[in-house]
Amino acid sequence: MQPFALEQGRDIADTIRRGRMPGTDYIAGGTDLVQLLKDDVRRPRRLVDLEGLDLDQITVTPQGLRLGAMTRMSEVADHPAVIRDYPVISQALLASAAPQIRNLGTIGGNLLQRTRCTYFRDTASPCNKRSPGTGCAAIEGVHRTHAIFGGSRQCIATHASDLAVALVALDAVVHLSGPNGARDVRLTELHLMPNDHPDIETVLHPGELILAVSVPAGAWTRRSSYLKVRDRASFEFALTSAAVALDIQDGKIRAARVAAGGVGTKPWRLPAVEQALVGAPATTATWQRGGRLATAGAMPLRDNRFKVRLLRATVTRALEQVGGEA
Amino acid sequence: MTIRNFTRREFLRDTAATGGAAAIAGSGGKAWAVPAAADPPVPTQHRVTIRLNGTERALQLDPRTSLLDALREQLYLTGTKKGCDMGACGACTVLLDGKRVNACLVLAARLDGREVKTIEGLADGDQLHPLQAAFIEHDGFQCGYCTPGQIMSAAGLLNEGRPLDEHSIREWMSGNICRCGAYPNIVSAIRQASGRA
Amino acid sequence: MIPITTASRVDGRLKVTGGARYAAEFAPAQDNVLHAVLVQSTIAAGRVASIDTARAKQVPGVVAIMTHENAPRIDLGKAGDMTPGFPLLQDDRVMFNGQHLAVAIATSFEAAQQAAQLVELHYNRDEATLLMSDNPTGTSVPQRFRNGMRPPASTRGTPQASFDAAAVKIDQIYRTPIEHHNPMEPHATLAEWQGDRLLVHNASQSVFGNRKALAGFFGLPEDNVRIVSPFVGGGFGSKGVSWPHITLAAMAAKLVGQPVKLVLTRRQMFTSNGYRPKTVQHVRLGADRDGRLTAVLHDGISQNSAYGEFSEPVGLASEMLYSCPNVAVTHRLSKVNQGLPTFMRAPGEASGVYALESAMDELAWALGMDPIELRLKNYADRDEHEDKPFSSKTLRACYEQGAAAFDWKRRVAQPRSMRDGRLLIGLGMATATYPVNRSEAAAKVRLQADGTAIVRCGSQDIGTGTYTVMAQLVGEHLGLPLDRVRAELGDTALPQAPVSGGSQSVASISPAIREACLAVRAQTLQLAAGDPASPLHGLDPEELDVADGRILQSAEKSRGETYQALLARQGRAAIEADGSAKPGEEKQKFSMHSFGAQFVEVAVDPDLGEVRVRRHVGAFAAGRIMNAKTGRSQMIGGIVFGMGMALTEATEVDPRSGRVTNATMADYLVPVHLDVPEIEVIMVAEQDDAVNPLGAKGIGELPTVGTAAAIANAVYHATGQRIRDLPIRPDKLIDGLSI
Repeated sequence: MQPFALEQGRDIADTIRRGRMPGTDYIAGGTDLVQLLKDDVRRPRRLVDLEGLDLDQITVTPQGLRLGAMTRMSEVADHPAVIRDYPVISQALLASAAPQIRNLGTIGGNLLQRTRCTYFRDTASPCNKRSPGTGCAAIEGVHRTHAIFGGSRQCIATHASDLAVALVALDAVVHLSGPNGARDVRLTELHLMPNDHPDIETVLHPGELILAVSVPAGAWTRRSSYLKVRDRASFEFALTSAAVALDIQDGKIRAARVAAGGVGTKPWRLPAVEQALVGAPATTATWQRGGRLATAGAMPLRDNRFKVRLLRATVTRALEQVGGEA
Repeated sequence: MTIRNFTRREFLRDTAATGGAAAIAGSGGKAWAVPAAADPPVPTQHRVTIRLNGTERALQLDPRTSLLDALREQLYLTGTKKGCDMGACGACTVLLDGKRVNACLVLAARLDGREVKTIEGLADGDQLHPLQAAFIEHDGFQCGYCTPGQIMSAAGLLNEGRPLDEHSIREWMSGNICRCGAYPNIVSAIRQASGRA
Repeated sequence: MIPITTASRVDGRLKVTGGARYAAEFAPAQDNVLHAVLVQSTIAAGRVASIDTARAKQVPGVVAIMTHENAPRIDLGKAGDMTPGFPLLQDDRVMFNGQHLAVAIATSFEAAQQAAQLVELHYNRDEATLLMSDNPTGTSVPQRFRNGMRPPASTRGTPQASFDAAAVKIDQIYRTPIEHHNPMEPHATLAEWQGDRLLVHNASQSVFGNRKALAGFFGLPEDNVRIVSPFVGGGFGSKGVSWPHITLAAMAAKLVGQPVKLVLTRRQMFTSNGYRPKTVQHVRLGADRDGRLTAVLHDGISQNSAYGEFSEPVGLASEMLYSCPNVAVTHRLSKVNQGLPTFMRAPGEASGVYALESAMDELAWALGMDPIELRLKNYADRDEHEDKPFSSKTLRACYEQGAAAFDWKRRVAQPRSMRDGRLLIGLGMATATYPVNRSEAAAKVRLQADGTAIVRCGSQDIGTGTYTVMAQLVGEHLGLPLDRVRAELGDTALPQAPVSGGSQSVASISPAIREACLAVRAQTLQLAAGDPASPLHGLDPEELDVADGRILQSAEKSRGETYQALLARQGRAAIEADGSAKPGEEKQKFSMHSFGAQFVEVAVDPDLGEVRVRRHVGAFAAGRIMNAKTGRSQMIGGIVFGMGMALTEATEVDPRSGRVTNATMADYLVPVHLDVPEIEVIMVAEQDDAVNPLGAKGIGELPTVGTAAAIANAVYHATGQRIRDLPIRPDKLIDGLSI
């Protein structure tokens, strides 16, 4: 770990003033950043601590759910209103990491966690995301866990967050504050595909800070679920996952929200699946059709080809779990 | 696609010049240039007071020092173990304000005014905590290296007040790896200590 | 008093309170210990062209950067065959990716780590061999197979011709990946020079092996080197030989003239301390229609390093496990630019029996025969390879008791025929076997004037319960409760004991401890009988006994006195005796193995390919079990180790750089709590008077053997898919499942 200064702002404005300085990283829960520092993947000169900024409220209103960026993953997962009205969020969080990490990790930090691509985290390996222009070691290397959606010739690293998959499905919006003021960004727009610049992962400006995430209420949020498939029974990132929320009335699907994890270079919403579901009967055939449509456009490589079948099965199963067997 | 033969220097230089989001930071549209590490800032030592196992402890800390290293290398409290140093094994589990966390992922300089409990503070004098006694009785360990972390994690779990059957204990203890494979005995010990055996 | 054979660990309290101290947790006499962090290569083959340490040296707190250019010279010739003599910073060669090339030494861990990251390495690259050979072409015959103790190949009868003529044949290739031990405690060495004497705290399975290695490297008499290792946070074979970082820590301490503590990072543990090598195993079984084996051919290739030799003895069990007149086994090596492999829990058998017992399951299916019936049909009543009787073999009872406890009868033979709701259920079984090992050992027992005893033996307790067994033996022979016996181990200042490996510790040290106990006891009884002031005066020592801390008359137990009374009157501080024991001629007369039977139920998600073990029953016959509580734990642990091997563990290596790509505990997946279901172990009664005076065969490795095969066989039963390439993960099953 290279040396850095550790600072704390007086308030949000002061924090952002510090955060916009070159070479500065914010530190929230630190569960990912501290790993990156130890592995020498990040070399900030300064860390600005976000603890104590009063960004840890959970607010539930008829309009929706608002999660402060510094809310701990475990608090959100255990919140009765989240469990009742937004089960997919609670489930995605409980499927993440381990209890100890969820007690540290924050909602904002979770959304901005870096990829688990092992080449990215090993400074002796080429990686365009970590060291632009050095090449992607994964494309012709060991890439069983890598993305089948959204990859480029420069990068196929999977976005690792489970929470982001659930939130992307539920049309979440992130509330930002930065040197140029406040703005809201849809979570689907927050993360960027790697294209030619895998090192640039989000639309955030230097110093811009996530203050909170909002999830609009909808008839579908209560009937929602997160399914995660992995080699080990727990404490592992997803091979594939699916977040599903359905509004079903009289056996017919009125609205559908579906996203996939473990498969995309960013949290992967599946609009084609949603479109096919709306208006369809809540039947096994529909769920299977949804599963089949989930992998349209997938671009697997040698070792992650299995994710195509696996994602179909994952989405089908998740739809069935939420929508019921018929 | 070919992979160039990079020297370590090239990678480190490139690494240093990389932007990208971490924590809640924006990376900006462009990567910014970070000054070379040849001119590193001399880190300020942080003076921090934590309440450790019931006693106020004043520490002077490099901002890089993890809570785990502060405990082990500065306070000589070596009961908290370093297994992976990356949050992937749970051997370093301690209670921070009553909640279980991985001490290896916490920068100690951020903990001013916080309360930390380690395995050394769990027993009541000579009287073992029920979890400690149950671990001995059920042989919930072999080499003993993951044991403090298992016990502190279980202590955190009991604080959480969840309904616990065998399956849920397994799920909620899955952040603590035991390579000796004492898992079934650990589960029995926790069941006993939680009054559900 | 608790029956001594189910006693809790005597070191339990230290372990649950954080009081047990492991190698990195000792501080030297003066608080001037420096921290050392290794720098490792990033290429697989070549030479170091230059090392730029200028920036690293500027880091405040850095004392030195040790490289091959300034490292102390050591004698590579005297450390012994079992000690890797590379990489020790004696030259500029790079033979694998992740090889030690420098050591940063600083006053704090943070500074040492920072400096290590700033060391700049430049290379001249050579062509590296990174992929092991899949077939005998390009492989070689081991030169020192089993330390030269047995040939790497064997044949009896006419295996090829018999196979060719067999009515039913199985002819398959089985593969196992590189696996890493991943003990929870990282390897750590604290080295301190006191003139020409060297004190080393080391995470060790073999303190005497370490001593020999370091004395050899530094040209010192062995007495000048002391290795201390009272607690070891797991080893599983990885702490058995003297890996280079141990020597580098001592070299670093010498270079800077201060104590140095070197702890491997988890990432470094994937290239610094051995691993279970990748294997490719060609197994051919021939049988007649009744299921009698007519040919067994097992050809194993294991991956080896480019600079040393370690061969995985995958075929040894195939030589003796079943009765068959025609058997051929070969072992070959494929050299690649990787570090040296080593022993890992049940070396040879873990990988080899996976292949053999998978093939037996395939044969049972081909014959339409129950897998247990097939094994009973080919039951070997003597070792046909060694042509000797077994010292004991209770495998039949293992099959019977295991099958009964598991309710094997409910298994419907047809694959994919058992379900629980949506899940496919599979039941599988396999045989376990592991040889009985034993080495020479010595011990010292001291009965003290306060009525307590100390037992000293330079063995190690790597979680195996050695402390407890040592204390128990003394308690048993001197009639003392466990809390009045102190066991000391893990120190070369104690009487010599062998490496804690090969499941041999109890078998090796117990006879020595027993001998020392008997000598102390005889002296004590003699003393009492000869002391006019003793209530036992005048009795024949033969008439005396010990119990509850007293010497007493066997026939009239109320007549006697305490040890304290006797020693006080005699003015003796203690009664002490040495014991030593070594294997006799039993190995010439008998084939000595332990055996077991593994039974597994798995559930496989038919769509997602997730495999979860639901239940495991293991029945093991391993002679006398010294402590039923710790023994049961060890057996459960061995099974869990096998579960990881079966389902999740594999070290991935980049095919171009030779770099381990999953060198973290987040990416190398060992089982977690939720992977491990109820495990039932049955200790099948077995008396063996031949193996050693205690009749204990060793249980550390046996339960790992066969677990992977039983799981693979259960997966076949559940899904109809035979996975011949571990680990069995969803990607290998998904194509054959229902979608």
